[in-house]
Parts: sequence; C-alpha cells; structure tokens
Amino acid sequence: MKFSVTVTLKKDVLDPQGKVVEQTLKNMGTNSLIGIRQGKYFEVEINEKDETKAEKQINEMCNKLLVNTIIENFSIKRI
Amino acid sequence: MNSSVIVFPGSNCDRDIAVALEKSKFKNKMVWHKENELPKSDLIVIPGGFSYGDYLRSGAIAAKSNILKEVVKASKKGCLILGVCNGFQILIETGLLKGALLRNQNLRFLSKDVYLKVLNNENKFCNKYKSNELIKLNIAHNEGNYFTDQKHLESLEEKNLIAFKYCDKKGDILNDSNPNGSLNNIAGIFNEEKNILGMMPHPERMIEDILTNQDGMKLFNSLFN
Repeated sequence: MKFSVTVTLKKDVLDPQGKVVEQTLKNMGTNSLIGIRQGKYFEVEINEKDETKAEKQINEMCNKLLVNTIIENFSIKRI
Repeated sequence: MNSSVIVFPGSNCDRDIAVALEKSKFKNKMVWHKENELPKSDLIVIPGGFSYGDYLRSGAIAAKSNILKEVVKASKKGCLILGVCNGFQILIETGLLKGALLRNQNLRFLSKDVYLKVLNNENKFCNKYKSNELIKLNIAHNEGNYFTDQKHLESLEEKNLIAFKYCDKKGDILNDSNPNGSLNNIAGIFNEEKNILGMMPHPERMIEDILTNQDGMKLFNSLFN
C-alpha cells in the first residue's frame, strides 16, 4: 500500500525560500500569483493490507521523524 | 571531571571541542554514535558539524541514534549537556530543548564572528562570565534561525532561560545585530533545570588569543568546577 505525505510549514512560520520563489515568479510576469509556501513530499510504501492500520503507522512515522510538528503540518493520502 | 564528546558521521568540530575540554582539565573521551553506553561523564558535549549531511532536517537523524537515547537518560539524572551548532540542532530534535532552528532568514550560510551578550551567568555553563558581559564568538551555520511559539518565547524570557543574545559591539541587542533572524536575537537557550545548554555560536573556536580571543574558554572553565 502506498501513501503520499505532504509536509507544509505552519501559517505563522516564515518561509524565506517560498518568498524567493514567489518573488521570482512575480518578476517573471505571473501577475495573478498571490503567494507561495514551500513544503516537502514523501512517498511511503508499507506492507499492510488494512488501510486504517497503515495510515496509523504512517501517522506515527510523521510524528516521530518525518515532521517537526512545532513548525510543520502534514497530510496523508493513499495513492 | 569527566567529559564525553559524541561523534557522528559528519561531525567536524569534535576535535576542537576535545582540545578546549582538555585545556580546561577535563578528562575527555570521544564516543561514537553507535555505542550503547556512555563512559562515566559529568558533561556530555554534542559538537558541531553536519551529522548525516543534514538530511531530512539538521539534526533529525542524529537525534534517533543509539547514543542519544543514553544522552537523554543521562540528562534526566542531571548530567550537564552542551550542544553547539549542529549539537544544538540535535538537542532540539531530541526534544531536550524546545523550539526549532529554521534556515537563516537571508538564506545564506553564515560564517563570521559575532558579538553576544551573556544574559544569565547563574548556571554551570556561564559562571565565569560577568552578568551582561559582551563576548565575541564565531558562528558557522545555515540553520540557526531560532523559532518557537509565543508562549514558550515569553516563558524563556520570564524564566531567564536565554543564555546568549546576538548584539552589536556596544552590546545593544538590535535587529541589525541579528545575523540569522532568530526570535528575540536568541543565540543559546537552557532547559528549565539549566543542566542543558544549546547554542549556535562556537565557544571552542575562541580559546586562544592566536585565534582572535579567549572568550569561549570561560565557558569551558565555568563547566570545570
């Protein structure tokens, strides 16, 4: 079973990398752009048939290692 | 007194720390991260460097190593723990110190000497410094931008758990003297019991006049008591 984990910075954490990317896109002429926040993406494959159990395990992986929950949020999706 | 310096693949300030510790008369041992036991230690130092190439987040992988479990146990028994630079990042990732160290606000790796104000000298790490003493140490990091939630930040200030703040050469703590964007110019913090200190600047680089000054030596001399 395969899942995606998307990690994003919390709202009140500054994201200087995202800001630079945003500014560059604006300089390139993307006038409609409102904002960019940069994050991280993981693909996690797990040997587990029960989707709820699998998600629970991935949730644990996120809390223990993949995500710093002080500054980051995450979401898990089956792919 | 006995000290241990933890060594990871990618540590690069471990020898410098050992020299500083031996200069202040510690009996020091180097401890490889795969070890399951710590030698008898009054002080454990987690040195700077780039453990595991800063993969995932700086310090995140090292924080899960065998020896760190022992370091956490020792800290609960009151052993003194010093984390410098990557060592500070590792202490944050273990949860021994609260907060996060984000990428420097200007997105640049910073390698330079900075002025610091010693805000708390009533502890085992800084007792040889005068209160509010102005010192000059070196910084060399990419992720030193200290962040925490507002409530914790207020409690750090109220409980006097901030060891050092970045300042200018007159000792004024200003936005302009903040090299990396750290909240409230924070350069180093204690845990509540003050047996753990994490700091981004490198005291081990300032232990000889030939290397600019001896401002870092007072920290190691404070610890040896």
